[in-house]
Amino acid sequence: MQTRFLRGFWKLTWVEIKIFTREPMGFVGTLVMPVVVFLILGRAFAARPVAAEKLDIPFNPAILAAILIAISAVQSLVAIISIYREGGILKRLRATPLSPVTILGSHVVVKLAFTVASLALLLLAGRRVFPGVMQVNVISFTGAVLVSTLSILSLGFVIASLVPTARFAQPISAAIVYPMLALSGLFYPVDRLPRALKAIAYVLPTTHAVALLQGVWDGSGWEAHVVNVAALLVLFAAYTSLSTRVFRWE
Amino acid sequence: MNPVISVSHLGKRYGRVVAVDDVSLEVFEGEIFGLIGPNGAGKTTTMECVQGNRVADKGKISVLGLDPRRDGNALRQRIGVQHQEAHLQKRIKVWEAVDLWRSLYTRVVDTDALLARLGLDAKRNAWFMTLSGGQKQRLFIALALIHEPEVVFLDELTTGLDPQARRAIWGLVTGIRDRGTTVFLTTHLMEEAERLCDRVAIIEHGRLIEVGTPDDLVQKYCPERTVVFTSDDANVTERMQGLGDVEHAAGSGGTYTVRGAGDDFVTEVISLIAREGIRVRGFRTEIPTLEDVFLKLTGHGIRD
Repeated sequence: MQTRFLRGFWKLTWVEIKIFTREPMGFVGTLVMPVVVFLILGRAFAARPVAAEKLDIPFNPAILAAILIAISAVQSLVAIISIYREGGILKRLRATPLSPVTILGSHVVVKLAFTVASLALLLLAGRRVFPGVMQVNVISFTGAVLVSTLSILSLGFVIASLVPTARFAQPISAAIVYPMLALSGLFYPVDRLPRALKAIAYVLPTTHAVALLQGVWDGSGWEAHVVNVAALLVLFAAYTSLSTRVFRWE
Repeated sequence: MNPVISVSHLGKRYGRVVAVDDVSLEVFEGEIFGLIGPNGAGKTTTMECVQGNRVADKGKISVLGLDPRRDGNALRQRIGVQHQEAHLQKRIKVWEAVDLWRSLYTRVVDTDALLARLGLDAKRNAWFMTLSGGQKQRLFIALALIHEPEVVFLDELTTGLDPQARRAIWGLVTGIRDRGTTVFLTTHLMEEAERLCDRVAIIEHGRLIEVGTPDDLVQKYCPERTVVFTSDDANVTERMQGLGDVEHAAGSGGTYTVRGAGDDFVTEVISLIAREGIRVRGFRTEIPTLEDVFLKLTGHGIRD
């Protein structure tokens, strides 16, 4: 099983990375857009470590940017999967000795790789533009972003199954992802949401991602957010198992 | 001869639509076998069940002695496939696709030689999206042949290609057979089937109607021959009447169409013309094709 999974895995992943960089719109957009948002909002909010100041709504542009990175990874994943499905590329790959998990897993690795690249750009920009503000533990923050992205990506495969044709990839993923962002606690505390919305918020990975990222940013450490990490992993398992049932290859 | 593929009583439905209904067939080693029929007849579904890429509802399939569903992984190492209207990633380079495919199989051919044989060596660094239709199909043939498969499946290989590219592909397919590989193809182009296939199976509405060599099917279902000639002589119709059905299209010069059955019919017409000393300005024979066989068997043309 393990050898079957690895057969062609790194080669396919590397090819997909190269292909992604050959599409300027998708590549630059995914990599740079969250950083631009961060810089604009960061200026607007004077980039003070507002979270630490115990403001009523502790809005933090860096967390927003990190979540945007994860979200754009998901939207890109949904778009790629639906284009590959429509063009028969998934079907063609599946007719090779590549295992289905390898075909989809390589896309996850590609997205995670670009997430790290985009995040590095974000942290570098933050250090240069707002010196003395970005004091976050880089390793810890990166780890938190990766766990969050992985969990949100697994939802991406479920979304990709709902998309009828590639033309609908963008609107459908936006219709799912933006409400998730709104409920994530980034703009409005989850605790103060109406009960029904609160219930929904807790089964969405973005909510736990925001809590974890905020915690790591504030320096409270992972042990204070075991629940969020566990939730992200449970949701990852749940969405993955759901997508193995609903995923369409053609 | 050994059947490398044997299908018995294959059935497949999509919801309430019956795609394949009780299809049985055998494909023998070293032949080009064509599944022919109009679009939506069940050709692709049948082929994909045989490849193991689709699960049949009913029936038994054996390919190279393997069950395509149970032994799918082992089978994939031994068969090559090309899908109808397939694409690769728009911006994958030709050499990258070849390199990726190479890494997936335990046994691979010399890919440089393969690309040269398929006329793709100049396109190694080209993105898939920049290839012409014919080049894309040749790349798919290359990918299907990279591991020296024992059976190659080609689904509507030349659909959408211009006549010149189509002819080039035909040459490649006969080349595959001549190297000893069994070819199972589908097509809705009767000319293609006639040129390429050693044996064809005609399928319509999911049911197999007839199997045989193109020549045998024509002999069996369309034995009539037609001779068309033009002559200014008088009483031609009367003198031809003894041979078979005669149609006289009046008009300038007079064009005569004479129809009759049997291999000797054309010879008989020629001898009669010679014997009677009929002056003929033009002469041609019309031999029925698979297209006519299809029309005869189904009551409609393949593109209707």
